[in-house]
Amino acid sequence: MEAYINLFIKSVFIENMALAFFLGMCTFIAVSKKIETAVGLGIAVTIVQALTVPANNLIYGFLLKEGALSWMGLTDVDLSFIALMACIGVIAALVQILEMVLDKFFPALYNALGIFLPLITVNCAILAGSLFMIERDYAFGESVVYGIGSGFGWALAITAMAGVREKLKYSDVPAGLQGLGITFITAGLMALGFMAFSGIQL
Amino acid sequence: MSRTREFLDKLHPHFAKGGKFEALYSVYEMVDTFLYAPSHVTTGTTHVRDAVDLKRVMTYVVLATIPCVLMAILNTGYQANLAMETLGKTSVDNWRGVILDIFGYNKYNPLSVVMHGLMYFLPVYIVTLAAGGVWEVLFAAVRKHDVNEGFFVSSMLFALSLPPSIPLWQVAIGISFGVVMGKEVFGGTGKNFLNPALTGRAFLYFAYPASMSGDAVWTAVDGFTGATALGLAAMGGVEGITQGGIGWFQSLIGFEQGSMGETSVLACALGAAFLIYTRVANWRIMAGVMAGMVGTATLFNIIGSDHNAMFSMPFYWHLTLGGFAFGMVYMATDPVSAAMTNTGRWVFGALVGFMTVLIRVVNPAFPEGIMLAILFSNIFAPLIDYVVIKANIRRRAKSYA
Repeated sequence: MEAYINLFIKSVFIENMALAFFLGMCTFIAVSKKIETAVGLGIAVTIVQALTVPANNLIYGFLLKEGALSWMGLTDVDLSFIALMACIGVIAALVQILEMVLDKFFPALYNALGIFLPLITVNCAILAGSLFMIERDYAFGESVVYGIGSGFGWALAITAMAGVREKLKYSDVPAGLQGLGITFITAGLMALGFMAFSGIQL
Repeated sequence: MSRTREFLDKLHPHFAKGGKFEALYSVYEMVDTFLYAPSHVTTGTTHVRDAVDLKRVMTYVVLATIPCVLMAILNTGYQANLAMETLGKTSVDNWRGVILDIFGYNKYNPLSVVMHGLMYFLPVYIVTLAAGGVWEVLFAAVRKHDVNEGFFVSSMLFALSLPPSIPLWQVAIGISFGVVMGKEVFGGTGKNFLNPALTGRAFLYFAYPASMSGDAVWTAVDGFTGATALGLAAMGGVEGITQGGIGWFQSLIGFEQGSMGETSVLACALGAAFLIYTRVANWRIMAGVMAGMVGTATLFNIIGSDHNAMFSMPFYWHLTLGGFAFGMVYMATDPVSAAMTNTGRWVFGALVGFMTVLIRVVNPAFPEGIMLAILFSNIFAPLIDYVVIKANIRRRAKSYA
């Protein structure tokens, strides 16, 4: 249990997807103008991440890994070279299914998340979550925790970013830096603050 | 009317629109309003009126740092003379030695101690003012806004937060980053979201760790190594500090290794009393930081650990060690980058206190945590305010329904 808690804290703060690895930057910068939408996107990312990382874990563990097909009698087949494609496919498919399920059974939530769900398909933080999981050889339980943690960390970062940007509406940025420029500087300075966690060994 | 006022008025046409030195108007305006209260008053439909304007508020903060400045000079000089005696040196072998040889190096001679301290604090402060000032005036002139006294606060706090042996060119780079990236790219005082002094210091800390951390930088004598109390504590907990020859009262008064202005909790307490009495700094933030620190330290005491001695450090040691008091009084209370709602201030403060102890105890990479704790909390301050305001709206909507 302690290992799971450590992994969760590590994936939320120490290895924050957005501010330690700078992943998922396109949506991080595009959808962080308002806190409400940022929270919506954050929730969507957390849900998708919590579904896709374990799903990819199962697929990789039982189909693609070297020797994973031994349950079919094929002991030396190694399909790990298509892991990247498989991950992308799984993410795209899962997001589509999630969208349909939400539309059918939770229309309120579907309307709230709206455009964000298709956006998530191309969010590199999601793909990175699955790839990190493969690289680090997480077991199924760990992959569930890692999926929730990394998604939540990204959601936390984008919400804080939206808060800062709402505050910066009252700032007086030089003309050349307005918009994207100041947003990049803001993200960089936020990463400086998140350095507080770098070096913690769990 | 005084002579200075007449002189300034005589100069005014040269700096006003169409004058010879029009580009330098912001400098003239800075000197003028620093010496005299500006005559323009609020017009239009503004509701908030106060006899104390922003410039006076900032001047108050600078005044509140005076105890820390005095202690910085005294302690830097005392530590340097002490180290020279230990090493058996009789003269400083750089340019400072020319002046210092006149006053001698006796650690009990106040004049010699003060001179030695001044020789290290003044260059750092002057470089901070000059390098930061160039950027400040440049931005003010190009972007046509006033040079704000907020810069004097940032530069004073920045200089106080540095170790005495820091190379002066790094001081210039640090304050440049702090002023430009921490403040001016957002439009100047009041528009930034991180504390500019801390932004500059954090930049130096990560860019030049060799001059900002370790054991050799805290005393202004070449070749002398002395760990800070927190450095000792990271190795051996409270016993490590007392074995290193530092008692609790000593760390309260501040004659120990550390960044120049941060060692004395007593000096910070004087500054805090002044800031709270004049209501320049908000007491809720300080109380929040204190509560967060005491709570987290006690929690770690209860949890305990076999291999990490920092877990058992009681809160009254956390209070006196390192830059905790300095950060709590002067840095966390920055009205621009802290939370702005009263409930939010408590939460913000508690987050700073919590993070400080967390970094000190759990993170082996950094012995001191208050700098990064405040920067981290600055990031979340707008979000805290947002939640507080939303909760208020919801509560009032419910009571009117």
